[in-house]
Amino acid sequence: MGLSVCVKKRLKGFSLDVSWEIGDELAVLFGFSGSGKSLTLQLIAGLMKPDSGAIKANGSTYFDSERHINMSPQKRSLGYVFQDLALFPHMTVRQNILFGAKGVAQHEKTERYRELMEAFHVSSIENRRPSEISGGQKQRVAFARALMRRPDVLLLDEPFSALDAPLRIEMREFLKELRSNFQVPVVLVTHDAVEAASLADSIIVYSEGAVVQGGAVTKVFGNPADERVRRLLAGQENIFQSICKQL
Amino acid sequence: MDNSVLFSLRLSLQVACVATVLIVVIGMPIAYLLARKNFPGKEALDIVLTLPLVLPPTVTGYYLIIAFGRNGFIGRYFYEWLDWSIMFTWYAAVIASFVVALPLMIKTGRAALESVDSNLVNAAYTLGHSEWETALRVTLPLARRGLLAGIVLSFTRALGEFGATLMLAGNIPGKTDTMPLAIYSLSASGDKEQAAGMVALLTIVAALFLYLANRYSRRIF
Repeated sequence: MGLSVCVKKRLKGFSLDVSWEIGDELAVLFGFSGSGKSLTLQLIAGLMKPDSGAIKANGSTYFDSERHINMSPQKRSLGYVFQDLALFPHMTVRQNILFGAKGVAQHEKTERYRELMEAFHVSSIENRRPSEISGGQKQRVAFARALMRRPDVLLLDEPFSALDAPLRIEMREFLKELRSNFQVPVVLVTHDAVEAASLADSIIVYSEGAVVQGGAVTKVFGNPADERVRRLLAGQENIFQSICKQL
Repeated sequence: MDNSVLFSLRLSLQVACVATVLIVVIGMPIAYLLARKNFPGKEALDIVLTLPLVLPPTVTGYYLIIAFGRNGFIGRYFYEWLDWSIMFTWYAAVIASFVVALPLMIKTGRAALESVDSNLVNAAYTLGHSEWETALRVTLPLARRGLLAGIVLSFTRALGEFGATLMLAGNIPGKTDTMPLAIYSLSASGDKEQAAGMVALLTIVAALFLYLANRYSRRIF
């Protein structure tokens, strides 16, 4: 079980060359904007095609350039929470979540929907449109929709970046709670060091399209591998020290 | 209103309705392809299909004769196999209206479909929905106002088509004289009263449909 990614992708003025592997844990892709974190998620999801390499999740091969395998995004079992959440504005909360139930048997669909509505506290807004609910509620709906199919992997692309600080803290707690119920590999993209430190089991530090350091949170934050990682963490040392002490 | 006026009115509606159905069936998929796909010759296709919007209608009509006339590269086969030519029939009026009104559907439709957030489309794909399902349940519903505006504009344009129709279908009383053609005949023969009635009717209908198109193109979300 787990997720392994080893891909190369060349774009105009940017090239990505990364290789990493995680188990059923929450891994944070950490780095400045434009370091290739979101691109990696798009490659994992099949929304873009790597130039070469392989992507495997829970025993199934999503992509393998040598064996000419390139599974369509529809067939890859993953839940993707987009940065802007990508809720369908013309559907109600209920319709949005049920849109995520493609391929789920009818009786199971109803049951799973009830479970998620309860777990995510969104029952009271099921007939509202995304434009009529709050930022935190939108987040919960996006998570519920991504989880309807019980995905093998959960991809989170800076899902909390649009929220104000108190709500962000609340959503982090929510994500921690969520993880105790759904034990799948979770990849969280963020450039927020506090978020990375408080949520991650392991951390993968990106810089200019390459992985510069990876491993347990305490290890990476306590002992940056080189000058680049140190620079990424610059000014945040106090936060890490206090977090590391708590851990 | 005498019978010939009623005939023109009925024929105009018939031609515009059939042309609009064709525009929806053929134009909407083309607008979708232009908005969401990359293929060689894409912009060339857009330009060729948009040309009738800016060309003199007589030029469009001329091309249509080259295509659908008895010796035309399409019309030739009809004439050989069926001993029949589409020219000077009401079908020819439909073809003329279709070709001249199609650009309005394609332009408006393409813009509406392109404005749909591609993240929403990606989200639908990662949730397991095929491109076809995603088009039906996400892309088209979100672009529906622009698409409706395109349909209404096309219908209005088809209703008012004159030049290309005259070239391909002729102006045969009781057979191919749609309202714009009948107005031309009536005012040429000095029947100002009948002409004025039809002019007023066409103006009101066109204004009404433009109002509808404007309402549709306003976005809700």
